[in-house]
Amino acid sequence: MVIKVSELPEEEMILPGTRLCSGCGIQLAYRWALKALGPKTIITNPASCSTVCGGVGGYTPLKVPAFYCCFETVAANAAGAAAALKAKGQDKDVVVLAWAGDGGTYDIGIQGLSGASERGDNFIFACVNNQAYMNTGIQRSGATPYGATTTTTPILGKQQLNKNMRKIMEAHGLSYIAQTAASHPRDIYEKFKKAREFNGKGVRYIEILGTCPPGWGFPTDQSVHMARLAVETGYWPLLERIEGKLIISQPSKRYLDKSKRKDIREFLKGQSRFRHLKEEDIKIWENYIDAQWDEIREELHKQGDI
Amino acid sequence: MVRTEQDIKLEKKVSQTILASQQTPAVGEAGHTGEWRTKRPILHTEKCLVVKTGKLTCNLCWLYCPENTVSRSIPPKFNYDYCKGCGICATECPAHAIEMISEKEAPSCEGNEGGN
Ligand SMILES: Cc1ncc(C[n+]2csc(CCOP(=O)(O)OP(=O)(O)O)c2C)c(N)n1
Ligand code: SF4
Ligand code: SF4
Ligand code: SF4
Ligand SMILES: [Mg+2]
Repeated sequence: MVIKVSELPEEEMILPGTRLCSGCGIQLAYRWALKALGPKTIITNPASCSTVCGGVGGYTPLKVPAFYCCFETVAANAAGAAAALKAKGQDKDVVVLAWAGDGGTYDIGIQGLSGASERGDNFIFACVNNQAYMNTGIQRSGATPYGATTTTTPILGKQQLNKNMRKIMEAHGLSYIAQTAASHPRDIYEKFKKAREFNGKGVRYIEILGTCPPGWGFPTDQSVHMARLAVETGYWPLLERIEGKLIISQPSKRYLDKSKRKDIREFLKGQSRFRHLKEEDIKIWENYIDAQWDEIREELHKQGDI
Repeated sequence: MVRTEQDIKLEKKVSQTILASQQTPAVGEAGHTGEWRTKRPILHTEKCLVVKTGKLTCNLCWLYCPENTVSRSIPPKFNYDYCKGCGICATECPAHAIEMISEKEAPSCEGNEGGN
């Protein structure tokens, strides 16, 4: 059961009046992740739009401490903070959150994340994926999907598929892995709560699809709607992998049935980064989605769930 | 491990640097972000579900606002000092109770820092 809106906590960890763009999906995701983890959280954050949320000068919108680190080092910094908490006997009380963009996860931060995962360092790693290097002006990343135009793929759009980061993390055998989206704040909230409960069980990895109006090319009021379309078309399944077991989250369960999925064109046509896509490009998207669900179905079948 | 005088000196310098870079939590870190708005959300109270039922049954505007500038209350209230006017609340409201009106035509609201 998804938690009721009336049962969600009132206390906010991010104060209004931040530096992030109007309609930023990352800010919405950050808001709910931090509401779930509460005041006893230490953040490590590499260069990204989320760093902008930390403010400049003597003030910050964040009510929890954050350490802004070099791009490559978010997981190493989180591992250090977690080790310090353990040495002080505060590791049960305080949680460490590594909060990174897709660039800081898929590309630049991957070695640190892989090392920490293998060592079993005790923190939550959240990748807030807006599918490009947005903070520096929309450059292509390993997470940018097929066909998307960015400032470094300006004409044809990206000619490769995105990296499958979730599978890379699954191969590390983590205790808790989840995928969620900015359109589902309650899902974000519950997954961060769950990741908190896995305290002491190594790295817990959560990836959030974060929408970006200027980077994706849609009006600011569509930010939640676009992320929801990613879910409703089956492109972005909400799921968890708990101790190796795959669980499709409630809002995505119905998309096991292909006929329930919305046409991916609805997602693509609302964004200027996909404006140039031809039918054959859309076919690549459709195949990507079908293959993804075939794999999910096969695994659920093996687990005896369907 | 024995700490040399030099180590202690360095540690002091590091902790001073950390203290100097400490920030204080504050509302409006980026100033009155309400000034960014070109449109503002207004509530048509009679359409709002929580007003109609007298219970906190909906509050999706509060749930989805990235900026935390609409309250979970009956009726929902906007914080025009910092609301950036993105329009997500209006788009997501299931009862179409929120309308985005041009900032130029907005009635002057108490506590309003945005608009003209
Ligand atoms: C080593 C290094 N390379 C490049 C940069 C410049 N830089 C700062 S933020 C950023 C983009 C970050 O992209 P991502 O991690 O996806 O986060 P987003 O801004 O999209 O949230 C880049 C390239 C840097 N700070 N350090
Ligand atoms: S560029 Fe995109 S991700 Fe960055 S603050 Fe603006 S909307 Fe958010
Ligand atoms: S989303 Fe609409 S109906 Fe629901 S509480 Fe907000 S204004 Fe009222
Ligand atoms: S317009 Fe945007 S910032 Fe303003 S209250 Fe609505 S959702 Fe929040
Ligand atoms: Mg990014």
